[in-house]
Amino acid sequence: MFESLTEKLGQVFDKLRGNTKLSEEDVDLALREIRVALLEADVALPVAKEFMAKVKDVAVGADIIKSVSPTQQIVKIVHDGILAMLGDAAESALNIDVTPPAVVLMVGLQGSGKTTTTGKLAKLLTKGRKKVLMASLDTQRPAAQDQLRILGEQNSVATLPIIAGQNPIEITKRALEAAKLEAYDVLLLDTAGRLAIDDALMAEVASVRDIAKPVETLLVVDAMMGQDAVNVATEFVTRVGITGTVLTRIDGDTRGGAAMSMRFVTGKPIKFLGTGEKSDAIEAFKPDRVAGRILGMGDVVSLVEKAVETMDRDKAAEAAKKFQEGKFDLDDFRNQLAQMKQMGGVGSMMKMLPGLSRMSGKIDEAKLDETILKRQEAIMNSMTKRERGKPDLILNSGSRRRRIAEGSGTTVQDVNRLMKQFDQMQTMMKKMRKMGMGGMMSMAKGLLGGNAFDAMVADAAAQDPAAFEKMKDSLPQLGANPFASLGMGQQPKLPGGLPPEFFKGKK
Amino acid sequence: MGIWPFGKKDKDEEKQAEAPAPEPAPAPEVEPEQEKSWLARLSDGLSKSTSKLTQGIVDVFTKSKLDAASLENLEEVLIMADLGPRTAAKIVATFGARKFDDNIAPQKVREALAEEIEKLLAPVAQPLTIKKPENGPFVILVTGVNGVGKTTTIGKLGKWIQAQNHKVMLAAADTFRAAAVEQIQIWGNRLGVPVVSKDVGADAAAVAFEAYERAKREGMDVLVIDTAGRLHNKSGLMDELGKIVRVLGKHDAAAPHATLLVLDATTGQNAFAQVEGFKEVANLTGLVVTKLDGSAKGGVVVGLADKFGLPIHAVGVGEGLADLQPFTARDFARSLVGL
Ligand SMILES: Nc1nc2c(ncn2[C@@H]2O[C@H](COP(=O)(O)OP(=O)(O)OP(=O)(O)O)[C@@H](O)[C@H]2O)c(=O)[nH]1
Ligand SMILES: [Mg+2]
Repeated sequence: MFESLTEKLGQVFDKLRGNTKLSEEDVDLALREIRVALLEADVALPVAKEFMAKVKDVAVGADIIKSVSPTQQIVKIVHDGILAMLGDAAESALNIDVTPPAVVLMVGLQGSGKTTTTGKLAKLLTKGRKKVLMASLDTQRPAAQDQLRILGEQNSVATLPIIAGQNPIEITKRALEAAKLEAYDVLLLDTAGRLAIDDALMAEVASVRDIAKPVETLLVVDAMMGQDAVNVATEFVTRVGITGTVLTRIDGDTRGGAAMSMRFVTGKPIKFLGTGEKSDAIEAFKPDRVAGRILGMGDVVSLVEKAVETMDRDKAAEAAKKFQEGKFDLDDFRNQLAQMKQMGGVGSMMKMLPGLSRMSGKIDEAKLDETILKRQEAIMNSMTKRERGKPDLILNSGSRRRRIAEGSGTTVQDVNRLMKQFDQMQTMMKKMRKMGMGGMMSMAKGLLGGNAFDAMVADAAAQDPAAFEKMKDSLPQLGANPFASLGMGQQPKLPGGLPPEFFKGKK
Repeated sequence: MGIWPFGKKDKDEEKQAEAPAPEPAPAPEVEPEQEKSWLARLSDGLSKSTSKLTQGIVDVFTKSKLDAASLENLEEVLIMADLGPRTAAKIVATFGARKFDDNIAPQKVREALAEEIEKLLAPVAQPLTIKKPENGPFVILVTGVNGVGKTTTIGKLGKWIQAQNHKVMLAAADTFRAAAVEQIQIWGNRLGVPVVSKDVGADAAAVAFEAYERAKREGMDVLVIDTAGRLHNKSGLMDELGKIVRVLGKHDAAAPHATLLVLDATTGQNAFAQVEGFKEVANLTGLVVTKLDGSAKGGVVVGLADKFGLPIHAVGVGEGLADLQPFTARDFARSLVGL
């Protein structure tokens, strides 16, 4: 149900192509979309506002880098901003190298995942050769203490014996004593879930803190949390004091904007991510894992990075020029194919594109037959340089075509098909001299053949109407792809192309 | 609105002072109009329409639309209540067309906005109705993602069902989470009702299947089935839920008669994906929103009401047996705008 930010930004910046600096209006236009995207991702409003002000500062007046589009540039600024805001992975270590026992206090709302996380941390620390004791101070929820005991049994971690009727303060004292007496390195204190506005229970956990003197107090937060993150963070920071947060259920499909809210409001690092229900489903926090998903733009960021890595700029510029002059020959065609292959083939390129990214499953299922690309490359490789520069030589000579087919291990029909396709591309190009060069993706579409491409889209639509509904809008603007700025403008769809069997769809 | 048998605990009354929690539904009143004579009604109607007419004329001169800043402020209030940017914008756009007295108090504006939202919520404010089938129990399946309050809600629901003089049985079909069985067992003890359970790791569908048999045999009116928390994007776990639904259908094609999704009020926009995911495998019949005793407002349900139209049966306002209340559009809408 979320449109990816890049799609939206693509629509905004389509209109601005050709500018050399990001103007304030351009940026404001983009920020409007960014605001919606952040809020859809559940970033708390005050945090989103602050963040946008920063993005604006950086973006207004920035030179438009020639090799990337304004969309990419803004996306990059936003992405970098989110990364910066989330803090770095190095801060995520637990500070437990103190005179034992190091006490870790787990706090949070009801149902945020404290007990499960306590069990996971215990297991993690045990693996790191720490002697760990867990104690549940949750006298509130039925069977909560049993839950921790069972988790301890499952993972061979000691838990403080349960004494019915004791209150959290009494349990804390007993746990401290036991931890000292039995020389535990770490004591994990799991507490009952409590509302941030529950005065009595917030005071109670503050007294537990005063007695236990934890070196770490971790606020456990559900990644699906919405705007209330601000209240929760504020209350727990001021009334209990925390040293870090743990974000649970990151294995869900939430955008996880709560991560930004938490980091921003608490000023404390996010230390761990909960990634599942099992005891080892915990990871040290990595900002990029969270940053990409917040705006669903990991796809474009990695595409840009890949493009920058693998694109041979000079070749691309040369190809663009030739394309524009209508002098695009088979050599250029071959180069384009090679680059496409370097980027992981058509399938992975398509997956990285906004709009198509959500359908990556479908694209895998469609089993793009990359061997056809390989075959085409082979055909062109067995042409001579002269032939590639003058395709007419091939068109006019059956014996050349036979030789090429044999040399590439294909058939004359294959060679004919490629020539026909190339011819169509050229005709097309002549028609659209003024429009500049089609983006590589448009070329991909051309290669796949409009029919095959549309067939895949229709197939996807039938299987997943909801996803298609969202994707539909982005399809016509495939030309507005991240390569657009590489001197390639929008282009109507190329005719012809690869035969439909390019898609061995698994219907 | 059904008759809701719970009063509030004293402790909650204190909380109420600081946290805007929905109030119990007002006792149903006899429509006053029905007792009036036709003449009285006619003149009432007339005066209403004349006053409307004159008011309209006055309005043209003294009323205007709210300015952009006020509208933005209202939109932000809604966003911070988790309505989401789109739903908030939509509501405020409609609202922005309305005209108000130039010197209207902000409080009044909020009241008007609450009324607007109330209209959106009114159609989904429907109590859960229990109709026991001829030969077997009325089956309620309780679903939701992890930690939203399913088990606790079942405890409270059990009390509500008992208050309607139904015999109720619980089934512990969360066979996964540590101490889940013990937890629902304690609720069963509190209610004095039987809890059907198997060992940890047992097939959840088998628990449901056998619980139905036992409930039928023992002449139960209602069977409430607890399920393990699961994320809606995990197909394996969702298939397991689908299986529970299917085996119940073998006993009674109409079972489960009610399938509830429990939503945590602190949840943001992911609630949409949750409803979508659970709807796909289990034919959801209604929602329960929990943890409304906290600072979270649960505004995402406004968008949910618009998109899915699923009835919202009740709200959870605490951890005790009595902390379940009917969902009332008016109270909820007012709390969203901070009234
Ligand atoms: N304040 C408050 N807490 C609630 C409410 N409903 C449930 N809780 C608490 O939320 C926590 C989780 O509740 P459970 O009933 O165990 O949730 P669940 O959905 O069954 O959890 P799993 O079975 O682990 O997925 C417990 O601490 C409950 O006491 C509510 O309406 N208000
Ligand atoms: Mg449960």
